[in-house]
Amino acid sequence: MSTPFAQGVAAGAIRSGTSILYGALGEVIVERAGMVNLGLEGCMLVGACFGFVATAETGNAYIGLIAAALAGGVFNQLFGFLVVTRRANQLASGLTLMFFSLGLTAIVGKDYVGRKVQGLDTWHMPLLSDIRWVGPVLFRGDLLTFGMVPMALAVWYALYRTRWGLSLRTVGENRTAAFAAGLRPERIQYQALFVGGMLGGLGGAHLSLSYAGVWVEGMTSGRGFIAVALVIFASWQPLRAIAGALLFGGAIAFQLQLQARDTSISPFLLDMLPYLLTLLVLLVWGRNRQYQMPQGLTEVFEGTS
Amino acid sequence: MAAANPSSPLPGVVAPRRLALPSLAEPARFVVAVLAALTVFGVILLLQGENPLVAYRDIFDTTLRTKYGFSEVIVRMIPLLLCALAVAIPARIGLVNVGGEGQLYIGAWASSWVALTFTGLPAPVMLPMMFLSAVIGGAAWALTPALLRAKGWLNETISTLLLNYVAILFVQYFVYGSWKDPQSANFPQSRTFVHAAQLPTFGDYRVHWGIIFGLVGAGVLFFIFRFTRWGYEMRAIGGNAEAARRSGIPIATYIVMALLAGGAMAGIAGFGEVSAIQGRLRPSVSPGYGFIGFLASWLAGHNPLTIVFMTFVLAVLTAGGDSLQINQGLPFSSVNLLMALTLFAVLALRSKPGGERL
Repeated sequence: MSTPFAQGVAAGAIRSGTSILYGALGEVIVERAGMVNLGLEGCMLVGACFGFVATAETGNAYIGLIAAALAGGVFNQLFGFLVVTRRANQLASGLTLMFFSLGLTAIVGKDYVGRKVQGLDTWHMPLLSDIRWVGPVLFRGDLLTFGMVPMALAVWYALYRTRWGLSLRTVGENRTAAFAAGLRPERIQYQALFVGGMLGGLGGAHLSLSYAGVWVEGMTSGRGFIAVALVIFASWQPLRAIAGALLFGGAIAFQLQLQARDTSISPFLLDMLPYLLTLLVLLVWGRNRQYQMPQGLTEVFEGTS
Repeated sequence: MAAANPSSPLPGVVAPRRLALPSLAEPARFVVAVLAALTVFGVILLLQGENPLVAYRDIFDTTLRTKYGFSEVIVRMIPLLLCALAVAIPARIGLVNVGGEGQLYIGAWASSWVALTFTGLPAPVMLPMMFLSAVIGGAAWALTPALLRAKGWLNETISTLLLNYVAILFVQYFVYGSWKDPQSANFPQSRTFVHAAQLPTFGDYRVHWGIIFGLVGAGVLFFIFRFTRWGYEMRAIGGNAEAARRSGIPIATYIVMALLAGGAMAGIAGFGEVSAIQGRLRPSVSPGYGFIGFLASWLAGHNPLTIVFMTFVLAVLTAGGDSLQINQGLPFSSVNLLMALTLFAVLALRSKPGGERL
């Protein structure tokens, strides 16, 4: 009970928001390329599982991170095969991959349930982390929490300041025009899925290697879906995703802090908060965001075949 | 990968067929898809040190070989069928209801509320009341997404998806809290329902009235979609919403009604599970029937009659999960992998008419 409530929430918001932010950044890239990947939930789960297994086998959490990123990227290629090559429905394909991941990770991870590993190191920035209030919140964390802002900036840079990003956004707005302009829409979409999958995998790995520190079947429990919703809230802008992730992380941290303080409110009701908040936020801020949606996505959200 | 294949980069242009497979008839393709999935899953079993042939024989023996096994497949098929119909109705007008799981939980909760509150009622009153409350509960859970979508404020895909988690927590709140059976020490579950609240099953099997609800529902929906004005107008909305609106079809009404009807279907599935199968409310009413039903409906092209067949196949796989758990010592959820591989193969093999969307 030594940490004050507000400080606990603030620090927890960053810790809980980390996995969501990486997932959301990955989804921003994928959606900018004109695809909606509900399989992000599965992608993050794959990252959590493979990252944990690799860490347990090698004893090095950073090798675990690499494994998680690769696993996420490769996993998303399956989505690419379905929706890019075979033109299957995106929403159904995404959910199929979520199931795929649930089953795959249950098998791969079954001998690792309950194992303890040396997860990501917590770093204390010298001097800065001793500052009252701000220090423990902002200057203590692991590689991925410190990487949140740089990663969002990197995604922003890649999307808006590189030729690849321009091509990718062109494909997302209008495949036909992109093709006519000499681009290879399919190749670019696969690339977007790979990069997005790597980020999703890292997000998942943060759950198993830092946040929880263990592997549990189905441990993402909807965080991937929250991340997808967050992308709409962030109107497909990587930098706005940071604010969104902190908001949702804050909701999770808020209810955890309340629970730790032994309130009389049922934990089950408190657990609803992040999901309800997501809906509320989408309702209040998401309404006029549809006009900022990449054109290629409107068909996904409005079609059923 | 095929990404580099330049044959069909343009939406709206029919690609030359790349594989011979897509030219096969639909049923043949489905068989190929299932075989492909079984092969890949078999390799994964091999890597786990299990003999896939033994595992498949065990699944076959425990599902289709005996009368009891077959009845257990039907038991799984009931909620899948109802949840798939919950997806198919809104899908006719272009809506994506991913909330079947949550609607099922609320249906289960609502009928449990009747069963636990009005314990003195005779079965002929009790069961219809439970049924009705499940219908209302499931529909009510779909109401918010429906209204938001009808107003054009929020896409129903995300809202129904997120409400699933809320619904499950909602049920847990009661089962761990005020509804917890004081006699079941550490097991969070409600009291057992009185006998009148238990939906009758057929013979010595667990197959219950839900199968009638599901099959009749599928038949009625097929009729409505195919032969009535409602079906015609729904098809018009699904085809071109803007044109339908201009020709005076009340789109907002259809949006709300279709989602409510879907929610009601999933609610009935929840009623069947608590009333006939579990006889009480437990925190885990369903191992993902809502999601599997979603996929079944997509695989069936939202055709109610095809859905009956698809849910049967997926029910065999779901029941096979028990066998994998008991005989091979694999986690129950590993069956999700087999199911996903089947869906993956079907989605990948399905030939789509030219001009499909992205």
